[in-house]
Amino acid sequence: MSEVDYADVQGLVRFGYAHMTSASYALVSVKNADAAKAWLRSAPVTTAAAQKPPPKTAMNIAFTAPGLRALGLPESIIASFSHEFRGGMGQENRARQLGDIGKNAPQNWTWGSFGHEPHALVMFFAEPDQFDSFVQKSRDHNWTEAFEEIASLGTSNLDGDEPFGFTDGISQPQIDWEQQLERPRTQLGYTNVLALGEFLLGYRNEYGKITDRPLLEPDAAAAVLLNAEDAPAKKDLARNGTYLVMRQLEQDVRRFWKFLYDQAGGNAADAEQLGAKMVGRTRAGDPLVPIQAEPIPGTDPRAVKQNQFTYESDLAGAQCPFGAHVRRTNPRNSDFPQRRLNALQKLVIMLGFGPKGFYDDLTSSVRFHRILRRGREYGSELLPEDALQPPLPNESPRGLHFICLNANISRQFEFLQNAWVANTKFSGVTGESDPLLGNREALPGCPVTGNFTISGDGMLRQRVSGLPQFVTVRGGAYFFLPSLRALRYFAGA
Amino acid sequence: MTPQSNFMVLAPIIPEREAELRQLLDSMNRGPGQVDPNNALLPFAEFDTLHFARFVILDDKTTEDVRVYGLSPRSYPLYLAFLGDVDGDANAFLGKLIKRAGKGLGKVFSCCQGFGPETDLLAWMKQYDAPPIAAYVNWRGRTVRQIREEAALYDSLEDYIEKHAASLHGLAPREVHEKLRAFVSAEQSAGRLTLPKEDPTPIGWQIKNLLHMIGFPLLGLLLSPLLLVAAPFYIIALRRLEKSDPVVCPTADQKHSENLSSFEDHDVTNQFSAMGSLKPGLVRLLTTTVVLKTVNYGARHITRPGRLGRIRSIHFARWVFVAGRERMIFCSNYDGSVESYMDDFINKTGFGLNASFSNGIGYPKTNWLVRDGCIDERDYKEYLRRHTLPSQVWYKAYPGLSAVDLERNTRIRQGLEMPWMTDEQACQWVALL
Repeated sequence: MSEVDYADVQGLVRFGYAHMTSASYALVSVKNADAAKAWLRSAPVTTAAAQKPPPKTAMNIAFTAPGLRALGLPESIIASFSHEFRGGMGQENRARQLGDIGKNAPQNWTWGSFGHEPHALVMFFAEPDQFDSFVQKSRDHNWTEAFEEIASLGTSNLDGDEPFGFTDGISQPQIDWEQQLERPRTQLGYTNVLALGEFLLGYRNEYGKITDRPLLEPDAAAAVLLNAEDAPAKKDLARNGTYLVMRQLEQDVRRFWKFLYDQAGGNAADAEQLGAKMVGRTRAGDPLVPIQAEPIPGTDPRAVKQNQFTYESDLAGAQCPFGAHVRRTNPRNSDFPQRRLNALQKLVIMLGFGPKGFYDDLTSSVRFHRILRRGREYGSELLPEDALQPPLPNESPRGLHFICLNANISRQFEFLQNAWVANTKFSGVTGESDPLLGNREALPGCPVTGNFTISGDGMLRQRVSGLPQFVTVRGGAYFFLPSLRALRYFAGA
Repeated sequence: MTPQSNFMVLAPIIPEREAELRQLLDSMNRGPGQVDPNNALLPFAEFDTLHFARFVILDDKTTEDVRVYGLSPRSYPLYLAFLGDVDGDANAFLGKLIKRAGKGLGKVFSCCQGFGPETDLLAWMKQYDAPPIAAYVNWRGRTVRQIREEAALYDSLEDYIEKHAASLHGLAPREVHEKLRAFVSAEQSAGRLTLPKEDPTPIGWQIKNLLHMIGFPLLGLLLSPLLLVAAPFYIIALRRLEKSDPVVCPTADQKHSENLSSFEDHDVTNQFSAMGSLKPGLVRLLTTTVVLKTVNYGARHITRPGRLGRIRSIHFARWVFVAGRERMIFCSNYDGSVESYMDDFINKTGFGLNASFSNGIGYPKTNWLVRDGCIDERDYKEYLRRHTLPSQVWYKAYPGLSAVDLERNTRIRQGLEMPWMTDEQACQWVALL
């Protein structure tokens, strides 16, 4: 088991660059491959190696499958990237799986629709006073020669809140960078520490396996690459790289708060409480279930108050609704519905004779479906009280440039989006998808998908109906975030 | 109780008529994976005892895989499979089917061998009958009619609760139960809801089921001395095969993969059909047979309703031998997307996948029959994707309802039929609403 060469990993995998509060994302297509390669060769790509003092600027780069093609990567190599990366996010069948239908449909996107994918994503981060000069310097004459800018997406710093006004980015998986943890065959009890291979290609994942990726013959061009751990005779193009998923999610903040206030009969506290039920955390980010005494592996000791919890104490969903956004996106469970089990008890459960309550054991084990979130907000802040006022003329949109990193798009991002966020049948509930992200589109046999159920504690549930669509997908694509070595390979190829 | 049964017609297609057949099958659809339930050829919706049905052209592109064992591939005819899951006796269903849709069916089957204008449809279908070696029914005894009645009950309760939210809220669960019982009873009297008692279980089926229940373990018991003696030899032979069997999991063709997707995710439930060749040799054949017979026995007599191991998303499933015992088809109807289905399977019932599928050529390497195998997620998923076949026509009688929905509705109905509940029971019952 080899140590990770941080200088070969792009910085975004290890850092969110929180102190660099200015950021923008350039979506570009390659118009001149040679110029693009020349630019890549000199591009100051930030690595994951720790620097003291921390850098004031950072740049990271990722490519779509058409982008790799545009750089001249042979089809035979592209063919060994994952199906979903090659197919692209905007592909019609995939869009249906991801809930990108109706207003979310790729044909309505402002960027990334099928056949119009950007080639590359260049992410600029900097401390505010350095930002403009940094971006300007990076867009040198090679850049102008090389790329056509499809979009330049600005971000804003909302001090840790997302546009609806809730604290964001509280829970992140902790990566086992040192690869010291023994991966158990079955994990009993929720853990927040995940195998490195879940987030970086070329390393062992939660199954103890190395995810499929392009392995090259060791020719002269590939000499710059590392050898594959599981096939030492081959060069590992993807080692120290990962997949990056980007989605532009426009948030209708006014509509969100208006709906909550209408439901609450104008009462601010009730509106906020309903919002908290939908999110699964209060606006300040506190969970709706009590903190547990027992530590959770991989939980930052400074974040105990907001992260040391699971839903074991709330199996009926009475405190945090099953359908709440954070419960859908991280059910905080493990491979078995109970924490302490001997081999016989496990066998009994495996054979289907475990707990027999209706809501028991309905959700897949979360450790195979975690993502590393690296997104940033855009648009100006709008407080709930102000959100109730009529919109200003020519108001610019607000939302989230959702970015996540994962080694297996289909098992991580797509599973999460399909089986948990967009699923109208999540965890035994029906007629509702994610209260924040759901598209509310009718499905065959399911005319209503805009409900939200708040389970009662020994009482009849409350059901909020007629949730409008609060979030609209405006664009998206699957990227490959290569290692520094792979970047050199692309730039030289 | 009305037990469910299944049918499958498996007939070779006349090569010159394949294109015509494909066109005919497509004509039953509004789009890929979206059948018109009232299509002129076979108006599925008119059969109120039919749960699921599909037409699949078994265009298995993996027959060359036997070469890894030094065997030369046989040329198999291209088969058409027509299969369905029904309430009551399958023969009786086929009779009704022929009566109502014989003409359309005849048109489809005329593209297959041995079918002429004078052919007796039922006799022909029986001739090409392909019974499963193992079958799974999510909830034995729950008929299509019951599913629809219970769905109507759920909608009606939803509606009532919505309208009376203020007066119901804050009531103790037992009071809620009582109120809803009264409401449903009034609805029944007014004829707006029908929730009849279930039909008596056919005596013949009961006897057969009992014999099966006793027979299989009895056979095992009788053979046990022999099995004990043979076990060490079997284990050694199996381990040797496991160490040497080649894995064949090339990346599935992107076009094939996208074609499959175009048939999927139009409903909360999806169809799955996969086909492949079995590993050669007696040990593998024996293993497959015993494993699947055991699965069949367990599914029929042991599993809890609504569950296959920990899996609650399968409506119906079956395994069928094809072409002597050289090839096998697996067909299921499951909830969610195929990737989620596979992930859930790997994590919750990997041992079952390994035991039942590892006898197929190219399956990821298992140990002791049940270990590893599908844990090699990448190989497993490519293996399945490569062996998966699109269903040209797929029908489900209750669009929009997942197996878990059906379970909820049944539990609600069962609760309503209880005149009295404990507080605990009432609490759990109210949580279903």
